[in-house]
Amino acid sequence: MKKIVIVDDEPNIVMTLEYTFKKHDFEVYIARDGSEALQILKDVIPDVIILDVMMPKVDGYQTLKIIKENNKLNNTKVVFLTAKNKASDIEKGLKLGADKYLTKPFSVKKIVSEIKELVAT
Amino acid sequence: MSNYVLFSIIVLYLVTLFAIAFFAEKNAKSKWVNNSVVYTLSLAVYCTAWTYYGSIGIAATIGIDFLAIYLGPVIAAPLWIVLLRKIIRLSKQHKISSIADFISLRYGNNRFLGALVTVICLFGIVPYISLQLKAVSETFQILSDKTSYVSTSVYDDSTFYIALLLAVFATFFGTQVTDASEKHKGIVVSVAIESILKLVFFLAVGIYVTYFLFDGTDSIYENMSKSENFESLIQFNGIESGFNWLYTIILSFMAIFLLPRQFQVSVLENVREKHLKNAIWMFPLYLLLFNIFVIFIAWAGNLTIGNSESAEYYALLLPLQNDNTFLALLVFLGGFSAVISMVVVATLALSTMVSNNLVIPYGFLDRFIKSHPERNAKYIKNIRRISIFTIIIVAYAFYVNFSYELSLYSIGLIAFVIIAQLAPSFFIGLFWNRGSSKASIVGIIAGFFVTFYTLILPFSIQALTGSDEFVQNGLYGLEVLKPHALFGIDFLSPPAHAFFWSMLFNILCYVILSVSLKGNYRERNYAEMFVDSKNYTDLQDGALVWKGEAYVAEIRNVLTKFLGESRTERAISLFFRKYDLPQDTQMADARLINFSEKLLTGSIGGASAKILISSVVKEEEVSLVEVLKILEESKETISRNKLLKEKSQELKKLADQLQDANNELVEKDKQKDEFLDTVAHELKTPITGIRATTELLMDDLEEMPSELRSQFLNNMLQDSDRLSRLIHNILDFEKLSKGRTNFKIKRYNIRDTIQKTIDNLSNIANKREITLVHSNKSDFHADYDEDRIMQVLTNLISNAIKFCEAKKGVIVADYKYDKGLLQITIKDNGKGIPEEDLPFVFDKFYQSKNQNIQKPEGSGLGLSICKQIIENHNGKIWAKNNQKSGATFGFTLPFK
Repeated sequence: MKKIVIVDDEPNIVMTLEYTFKKHDFEVYIARDGSEALQILKDVIPDVIILDVMMPKVDGYQTLKIIKENNKLNNTKVVFLTAKNKASDIEKGLKLGADKYLTKPFSVKKIVSEIKELVAT
Repeated sequence: MSNYVLFSIIVLYLVTLFAIAFFAEKNAKSKWVNNSVVYTLSLAVYCTAWTYYGSIGIAATIGIDFLAIYLGPVIAAPLWIVLLRKIIRLSKQHKISSIADFISLRYGNNRFLGALVTVICLFGIVPYISLQLKAVSETFQILSDKTSYVSTSVYDDSTFYIALLLAVFATFFGTQVTDASEKHKGIVVSVAIESILKLVFFLAVGIYVTYFLFDGTDSIYENMSKSENFESLIQFNGIESGFNWLYTIILSFMAIFLLPRQFQVSVLENVREKHLKNAIWMFPLYLLLFNIFVIFIAWAGNLTIGNSESAEYYALLLPLQNDNTFLALLVFLGGFSAVISMVVVATLALSTMVSNNLVIPYGFLDRFIKSHPERNAKYIKNIRRISIFTIIIVAYAFYVNFSYELSLYSIGLIAFVIIAQLAPSFFIGLFWNRGSSKASIVGIIAGFFVTFYTLILPFSIQALTGSDEFVQNGLYGLEVLKPHALFGIDFLSPPAHAFFWSMLFNILCYVILSVSLKGNYRERNYAEMFVDSKNYTDLQDGALVWKGEAYVAEIRNVLTKFLGESRTERAISLFFRKYDLPQDTQMADARLINFSEKLLTGSIGGASAKILISSVVKEEEVSLVEVLKILEESKETISRNKLLKEKSQELKKLADQLQDANNELVEKDKQKDEFLDTVAHELKTPITGIRATTELLMDDLEEMPSELRSQFLNNMLQDSDRLSRLIHNILDFEKLSKGRTNFKIKRYNIRDTIQKTIDNLSNIANKREITLVHSNKSDFHADYDEDRIMQVLTNLISNAIKFCEAKKGVIVADYKYDKGLLQITIKDNGKGIPEEDLPFVFDKFYQSKNQNIQKPEGSGLGLSICKQIIENHNGKIWAKNNQKSGATFGFTLPFK
């Protein structure tokens, strides 16, 4: 079973993602912000992480930087999922080493297919 | 005291001064050397042996007339700020090196005038120097005991050797550099030290005589008042004496400017103009201190010694008579200090004049042109050195042959009257541009002739022959030509009489000839520059009008003769850079001519400089009209340049303002962008929720467990509410910040408003079992929009509910009257605000991370809306953490 960590501070949005990925046979872990995510990543090496950018305490950019420094997570894919959709934001996210940059609001089906494609490779 | 011992002490004393002067030269930049105190003390070179000994003589025999000599300078001192400053500026600008240079430059760099001024100064000052030597010699004799060796010829006369030592001193420190307009720090500092010593020693003997030999001033006065001639000693003797006073005051007023040594220290050695500010009060103070005890020493001498012939040396005789040799020695050294400073500065000033205004322009220019620069510098220095020795030796000879019979006071006054002949040319020339060189020359000669006839001649005849026939009968026995009573004016003292007539003729000649004779263009040009100095300083080298042809190369040749190759090259290249001219400029313009003249002036004097420069240029006559036109033009250019500069500064200021405004706009734009970004982000969040949930419900409606389904539906409801609340707040915020909200201000009771708000919120509070307290029951009526204030209160209280722990939370609403304001506070016992967040809590879209409810419900605009509302009521809103726990939010409303 593929493992996914969803990092977002909006519970309503997290609920929809959690429901969807469970349905598609992912083992789902939830974090409310960057620091919670990093806590989870100590024990779990997921296949993919979905990261929001604007979060309290440790934001998405910082979280990604820390993930990139962790060798155990070399094979983990990271996907930004954020409302920030300016070209400059997207460029910044990809430059930091994200594998995909998806924007909110999103189609659940599209998210699932994008993630599945990413995990399959 | 043996005269060998005394001579040794003198030599030791001179060596010490030599060391001090040497130290000052080595530390020429130090603030110990360059300050207003040193400047003022150097001005005190005015007080010579005449002051030190002569005043006492006058006070003992004639009365208080001696004071007049000090009143002139005291009156002159306040005028220095204007007058002396102008002279100093002109002198610095033109590298003037003596008063002869100054006067000759004012009248178009006239060579003859410079020489004439020099001769006048020599006539006045050489006897004055010999008077100083006389004082040294006589005090030396008084102090040495009877067993001492008595000199029989010049070669074993100690005064002769002392005079030579002074010449060495003046030579060493006075001719270090060729440029005489350079400062002589060593001499100035040694003069300052001597001024301190002579004052201190004089005060010491004053105090000794007054308080140790007598019982204070009263006792001297009382004893003295019993003597016969007491009245005459303390009073003005009628109208005649009044005139004498007046003339002496005017005379000393002029002397403080015109005496070559005063010109040297006050103008040429002035380092900074601002030193004048202190000098104008310190110098009169110095003179006052010097004169305090004069009268008491004189009277004490009259009472105890009573020998009026030796009255001038009472200060020395009184301690000697009481066997206080040490104090007598100090008095001697004080007087000696006065002598040294006068002799050294006066010979330095005179030697510069003799070399730059007499010897060089009349005898050595041709030789200079042919010689090498190093040798020229040596020539110039040697001319000055020989001048110094010659002056001192002539003064010594004068003393030996002439001045045995003369009192210090009389020779001093004669010197003043002679020097005063420069006054009309000097003072009137500074303020009247018509004064011309011919008028100046004739005036000075006429004045000097009158002085010679009425003062010098009778004096000399009397001194040489001992007969006063000439004074009694006049020339050819003519009554009207009696030298001391010219044209029947017989009530003035000889110096006052001479002064009156000589000034009368001098000024008349000067004024009449100036009005009737026009000077040439060059003269008028300089006259303009001196009189209107403020306007022409801006023109600098351009202020001199000159028309003709000259090659830079030739001027360079002349300069090299005196300055050497490297200095000349440096000076010329600096000049080209200053005026933005190409370095290979071929033809010289007026500015270069003027600049070169100035460069040479310090070394060889203005007149010689002019002659040298004009020898290599072909000058054309310029009409006066042309001169004035050119000057006007250059002044206009300068003022136009100034105007342009001002305009461009204004433009720059405007550009800066525009830039600022633009930056502000950009900043506002950026803020606007950020605001919109945040708004978009905030709006997208609930929409994302709704969008995703709707998709799930649509696709999985059947298979989804009903629990989950109703949860999702509930979420959608929440998000929708959040969305509409957000939209409402954004609109509200925008309206408030643009000032487009109408407030319905009425009179309300704050107690009721708070109570209503609490009632509205009690449901939410009860849900979390949080206590809302509103204990204050007093009525406070204030003017506000109740709906809006309730909005603020609701916001603050619901925020507090969010931050409080369920069941334990207590929120207290309170209000009080404080300093004309109604102050409302909402205090909770929740988590408080992180310190680093405190400054930002009222910023838009700030959201605290400390909330106790899972997800922030606010729009992030609540508190900034509160701020807007309160500020619209002219109140203030703030937040702070409580000491124990929780936070307090408060706001004020103006209370009427």
